Amino acid sequence: MSMFLRITAQRIAFGIMMLLMTSVIIFAGIEILPGDVAQAMLGQSATPDTVAQLRLELGLDRPAIVRFGEWLTNAIQGDFGRSYTNKLDIASEIAHRLKNTLLLAAGAALISIPLALFLGLLGVLYSDGIVDRVTSILVVGGISVPEFFMGYILIFVFAVGWQWFPSNAAVYDGMPISDRLYQMALPIATLVLATLGHMQRMTRAAILDLMSAPFIETARLKGLNTANIIIHHALPNAVAPIINVVMLNIGYLIVGVVLVEVVFTYPGIGQYFVDHVTMRDAPVIQACGLVFATVYIMLNLIADLVSAYSNPRIRHPR
Amino acid sequence: MHKRPANHSFELTRRSLLRTGAAAAGALLAPASFARAEPKKGGHLVLAVDGASAANSLDPATYDATYPEVVGFQWGNALVELDEHAQATSELAESWEADKTGKSWVIKLRQDVEFHNGKSFTAEDVVYSLNHHRGAESKSVAKSLLKDIEDLRVSAPGEVTITLTTANMDLPFTLADYHLLMFPEGGDAAAGIGTGPYIIDSFEPGVRTRTHRNPNYWKEGRSHADTVETVAMNDLTARTSALLSGSVHYINRINPKLLHMIEGRNGLQVWNVPGSGHYTFQMMTDVAPYNNNDFRLALKYAIDRRAILDIVLNGFGAVGNDVPIPSFDRYFAADLPQRSYDPDKVQYHLKKAAVDIPATLNIAEIAFSGAVDAAQMFQQQAAKAGLTLNVNRVPNDGYWSNVWAKEPFSGSYSAGRPTPDLMLTSAYHSEAAWNDTHWRNEKFDNLLVAARGERDEARRRQMYHDLQFMIYEEGGTILPVFNNYIFAGSGLVDGFRMSPIFAGMRVAEQLYFV
Repeated sequence: MSMFLRITAQRIAFGIMMLLMTSVIIFAGIEILPGDVAQAMLGQSATPDTVAQLRLELGLDRPAIVRFGEWLTNAIQGDFGRSYTNKLDIASEIAHRLKNTLLLAAGAALISIPLALFLGLLGVLYSDGIVDRVTSILVVGGISVPEFFMGYILIFVFAVGWQWFPSNAAVYDGMPISDRLYQMALPIATLVLATLGHMQRMTRAAILDLMSAPFIETARLKGLNTANIIIHHALPNAVAPIINVVMLNIGYLIVGVVLVEVVFTYPGIGQYFVDHVTMRDAPVIQACGLVFATVYIMLNLIADLVSAYSNPRIRHPR
Repeated sequence: MHKRPANHSFELTRRSLLRTGAAAAGALLAPASFARAEPKKGGHLVLAVDGASAANSLDPATYDATYPEVVGFQWGNALVELDEHAQATSELAESWEADKTGKSWVIKLRQDVEFHNGKSFTAEDVVYSLNHHRGAESKSVAKSLLKDIEDLRVSAPGEVTITLTTANMDLPFTLADYHLLMFPEGGDAAAGIGTGPYIIDSFEPGVRTRTHRNPNYWKEGRSHADTVETVAMNDLTARTSALLSGSVHYINRINPKLLHMIEGRNGLQVWNVPGSGHYTFQMMTDVAPYNNNDFRLALKYAIDRRAILDIVLNGFGAVGNDVPIPSFDRYFAADLPQRSYDPDKVQYHLKKAAVDIPATLNIAEIAFSGAVDAAQMFQQQAAKAGLTLNVNRVPNDGYWSNVWAKEPFSGSYSAGRPTPDLMLTSAYHSEAAWNDTHWRNEKFDNLLVAARGERDEARRRQMYHDLQFMIYEEGGTILPVFNNYIFAGSGLVDGFRMSPIFAGMRVAEQLYFV
């Protein structure tokens, strides 16, 4: 077990370094982008006078390195500061938005992952049969259509046509969970369709690959039926590639769904992030970037640990 | 209440109706409003509008797009409201009067108006609210609007005297601006506490705003719904499908190309409002080759405005004549010949110009909706007339800070201004902050200032005519079209007022359930 602790500690230390590097890169990126927050806020109605005044007030007249140092010192102490543009506290805004995003991601993942595994196993069981072909066509179709377009199709059919579900996911704090799920039905469906394919394909491919391995042959000769072989012998050995693609999809569900948020006007973190990039609102972009990087690093850490743990050679070192 | 014109002829009658002035229009509109049922009180009104951002604030000094404006007129009032005929009518100011010089204005305020926090509305609040946008430290978007105010003081209880550096007969129109909302003296501008029809319950930037009716609202016949929810929906398809699926009662900024989706549906109504907003391609008049007026004229004759109106706006607008004053304005110079696509004139002016640098138009979709299409049409039309026009497509991101007013030939959009003076002063005066054509003409500047303070109506009209003529002949602006504002509502609501200036901003207090 000490080995897992060591790997975990190593990975966390590495992750913290990555976060630091990410924040440097993001900060540099904002500096390189043409225009600054003062120009973006005043937009077409900017005058040199008001831009200068705004820069002075926001402290943008100071050198970039000073501003970065100040931000980093505060961020380490857990203070992300206030948004340049609307002066709201970034930590509480992000917490609020992130909760919505996590709920949406959880809803989609809870349906998508088991369904993908089930369909993947079904694909192996009836490989190249009619069931396999039909599910393959459907799930690959799902990931081939851009997710915003899939969203529009669902809106057209279920919101405008049959009027079963609302087209805009109007969620707010203190909403009963049943109402919330009803509001989130179409965005969840869209995300399920957008992620199902990757995981189903990977499950199917990884297990099919193993099905020709000698130990499966042995199991077959023992007289086990195919379903039993797949679940008890093939699946545990295919965990590593599957968990990797599952984690990547969860990562996508958390940080990459801004288009779905726009289509369904869902108040998640993606829209919050994009709005502030447009405004060059450095503290918000930094904080969101940190959250996104943390999510990816943690998910990758989990994936590594799970695949290591699933490997008996690592679990039982000789 | 189906207001979409079946064809252009209806639109023309609406336009001419607006032109004929208040009296005639009032007479025509009156029976329709009497026929309508008395507005009912109550209900939960849901508005879905665009122009929202997670970076929004309630501080009126920051208002830059529809969403904060629609929310602003829920919690706040301005001193002056512009009505369906673009005329200044009383809001928190009861009356106003200029002295003989036109430099000193006495504004008498409404009595017995209360802020949401119970404080009475006084002259001190007006001074405080207006000063929020003034002074060296102000970073307000409306700063330049008030730069001519020399002094602003309480001259008697309920009375404010504004002294200007130059005479201005249009001050009431300035005071109608959506940035100039009134809030209590000493208060926080971003608190959203005002005298408006609705009291803020919650404000989530870029998501939604919830308000409930101000029980003490002073304005007669307005604010009908019990509660209002203003949902941020920047995506046009999201707004349209929300309206179609019945989850919202009102949406703004509809693309004319999507109107057929709404029109056919049972009960939905469309409000099509001619406006002062216009699309422009502007040339810097001091940069070669655009410093040659014949070259500018060649470009002005090389664009087919009618085709752009029909294709980019599906006919929902009006052809422009390179003058930023809409045809319904009282000072519109109607006698200037309408410029049209004319290859002969293009060739004539090109020869005279003898310029061998090709024109390059820098354009991004953010300049105005359909900008890239319009630029490409312009390119084709110009090519047919023998004029080479390069179109350089640039990214939306950073367009306003790096391309517009930086490149010598680019595209832009103006929402228009309530008066010719505000329009010309903000973008055509030599010293104007938004003088994106670098148009510098001393005679123009002097005449503009003189017209602003002219009390004689006939002389003032002549002055504005001359100003428009100068821009028409020598300006750097190609103004192909004015766009209409298109709004839509569910069949459950009514009461929308079609004000051409600041259209749709006071929608929350206007709509009621039928």
